[in-house]
Amino acid sequence: MSVLPYLVAAWVFLAGCYGLAASRNLIHAVGCLSVCQAATYVLLLAVGYRDDATAPVYSDIEPGSRPVVDPVVQALALTDVVVGATVTALLLALVVQISKRHGTVDPDELSELRG
Amino acid sequence: MNRRFRLWLVAVGSAGLAALLVAACLELPDFGGAWHPYGDRAVRASLDRHTANTVASVNFDQRAFDTLGEMTILFAAVLGCVVLLRQTRDEHRARPEPADVEPPVRRYALIVLPVALLTGLYVIAHGQLSPGGGFQGGVVAATALHLLYLGADYRALERIRPVGLYEVGDAAAACAYLVLGLAGVLAGTAFLANTLLPYGTFNTLSSGGTVPLLNAAIGMEVACAVVVLLARFLDQAVEIEEESRA
Repeated sequence: MSVLPYLVAAWVFLAGCYGLAASRNLIHAVGCLSVCQAATYVLLLAVGYRDDATAPVYSDIEPGSRPVVDPVVQALALTDVVVGATVTALLLALVVQISKRHGTVDPDELSELRG
Repeated sequence: MNRRFRLWLVAVGSAGLAALLVAACLELPDFGGAWHPYGDRAVRASLDRHTANTVASVNFDQRAFDTLGEMTILFAAVLGCVVLLRQTRDEHRARPEPADVEPPVRRYALIVLPVALLTGLYVIAHGQLSPGGGFQGGVVAATALHLLYLGADYRALERIRPVGLYEVGDAAAACAYLVLGLAGVLAGTAFLANTLLPYGTFNTLSSGGTVPLLNAAIGMEVACAVVVLLARFLDQAVEIEEESRA
């Protein structure tokens, strides 16, 4: 049982990869990329978890009175969320322009070059 | 490459990757175990510097340089969106029409707007004490403004949201972060080292040295960035129209 959270992260990542490869719509593909990224949140938080621990915030608990989960991976997850959100925005902006210039958002129909 | 062949290729590659990932998972430390060497050291360093929220201490003190890179990614992504979603030559700007909003929606949006905005600013201001910080609070504050679009219409939103000002604010906040880092160099320590200001009393607003200042800079940057991003997407949806090719 102790490896289950890690396996969930791997499964979520592979599900996102499958979605990316099978996608027939660029907006759907961007969503699948977000799913891949969500796997890293699961992995990071699973690595940092500690049994019977609380959040690493000492505004209402006495330092040393309780174990806390790993704050380093939580900070990494925060970084991950922010970068993920902005990259999603950038990709969606690209999709908007592709749809305007080519009239389609199906990646299979975007094979031709256009000046 | 046809679709069938591509899916087969992905299936073979995914099977290999899945085997490797499972093998790696089996070698990882046990889930929920007590062995967190970096976490324990980060907590100790955070308490030494009187920062109650350890995550904020990791982000804005121990790994402040990494946050500078993250902020740069945010800035670059916003810049990319602004360039990609500009008005092109064959498009024109239509004036948005006034919209009718159901009275309950309008009432709810206008009541929640100040509460949400205040919550966002509170989350930014208390980043070094309680869960939250510049990144989270910035997003809350920026999206709170957009309740005006739901509660009134796009013209009302445009009146309280001069995009140019928010673009300047985004750049100014990014500069503020850099200047705070350089202040450390000028004071004779290292770039972004948290040795400049007194650490203050534990669990008060002014505790943590430069953490609250960097946190505020990030809060402003994120809020402005989200406003600019949403403005560009909303412009595409509401205002910019393709010229009819008649």
